[in-house]
Amino acid sequence: MTEPIRITTPLSEARARELKAGDIVFLSGVIYAARDAAHKKMVEALERGEKLPVDFTGQVVYYVGPSPAQPGKPIGSAGPTTSGRMDSYTPKMFEQGLRGMIGKGYRAPAVVEAMKKHGVVYFAATGGAGALIAKAIKKYEVLAYGELGPEALAAMTVEDFPVIVVIDSAGNNFYEAGQKQYCQE
Amino acid sequence: MRSIHIATITQAVAKLAIDANYYLSEDVYDALVAGQSREESPLGREIIGQLVKNACIAREEGMPICQDTGLAVVFVELGQDVHIDGGSLEDAIHAGVAKGYVEGYLRKSAVAEPLFNRINTKNNTPAIIHYSVVPGDKLKITLAPKGAGSENKSAVKMLVPADGVDGVKKFILDTVKAAGPNSCPPMVLGIGIGGTMEKAALLAKKALIRPINQRNDHPEYAKLEEEILSMVNKTGIGPQGLGGRITALAVNIEWYPTHIAGLPVAVNINCHAARHAQIEL
Repeated sequence: MTEPIRITTPLSEARARELKAGDIVFLSGVIYAARDAAHKKMVEALERGEKLPVDFTGQVVYYVGPSPAQPGKPIGSAGPTTSGRMDSYTPKMFEQGLRGMIGKGYRAPAVVEAMKKHGVVYFAATGGAGALIAKAIKKYEVLAYGELGPEALAAMTVEDFPVIVVIDSAGNNFYEAGQKQYCQE
Repeated sequence: MRSIHIATITQAVAKLAIDANYYLSEDVYDALVAGQSREESPLGREIIGQLVKNACIAREEGMPICQDTGLAVVFVELGQDVHIDGGSLEDAIHAGVAKGYVEGYLRKSAVAEPLFNRINTKNNTPAIIHYSVVPGDKLKITLAPKGAGSENKSAVKMLVPADGVDGVKKFILDTVKAAGPNSCPPMVLGIGIGGTMEKAALLAKKALIRPINQRNDHPEYAKLEEEILSMVNKTGIGPQGLGGRITALAVNIEWYPTHIAGLPVAVNINCHAARHAQIEL
């Protein structure tokens, strides 16, 4: 396994383009939590010509719907959700300057093409490790769409959040490469 | 006739919801630990290690194993000599789910209507309830929270008898490959074979609540479980789909008699957290 690369957000296009599929990254700084319902609302706002609640330039979005925080904790369990459900909204987010995404699972070819064009990186976090990932999240603050509950748009402050580059900005796919190495069919 | 009051049922269901979501069962925990030592991919070993650590944190701190605490699937085995006192059994179960999900800080993931107006019900009701009436004077309740990541990759196919064992294997393998990293492997596969379309789906769901270290008591189905597991673990999908040997921890099959012209097969995919808790009242 490669040594982890430590990155603090925001992320420049040049830095994003240096990251390669298979790189292990420890992310720190502020990232933004949003999933299906928040993406739908943001894309609808853009279609109406409105501004988004957050400036996504150089930012990283985390596809997550956390469980509620217990007293004394910043957040509940907070692992990644399936990224593919956001695919139809995603290229529009790149036009807003989004530089990175954290989730799990495959992406549509149109998303990968748009990643190459805009210089965006896709990270995977460990699905099903929500209690462990919560340890890396120091602060959770709802910014918009609070009525969506776990699906609200929120800012998260993270420290050494472990992720892996699964699709880099050149379109290299670590799911394909990793699986090919161990396939015995 | 024995009486059970609805308040007892509501209380029991609330506890089941919390227990199932906080405590990974021992059979799954042991399978993860064993899988970690068998995994050849260093990254795969690291990921399984994270899942083991995750289960320990959830247990020690009393928090959900996964943020997707699911829809509450509830299996009820109602003894025919039981009288439910004080109100409706169904309402008591929904009330228990609401209580458990609110008091246990579990995520509320239910929307009131699926297509036109997806408004969160804010207490994770309604539950998905399956009843069966059995002899005796006991009430057995099993609560299995089911997340959408793996549920979305599940499938039913109406095969025909000529498709046979090979057809069943191919359908299962195709379903697992299509799921890939989306269903958070290492996965547990619940397979239903036979019956009708909805019976096969229900069998697949029920298969997921059998301990994963326990094979089907029919020798041919037990062998098929082993064969499918070995086949799935040759795909190379591995932990989180990043490549490796441990794509699935176990395959549990349930079967039922079927029509002369039919061979329904259902594949219910679960992530590693094959969560369930049970009580007998």
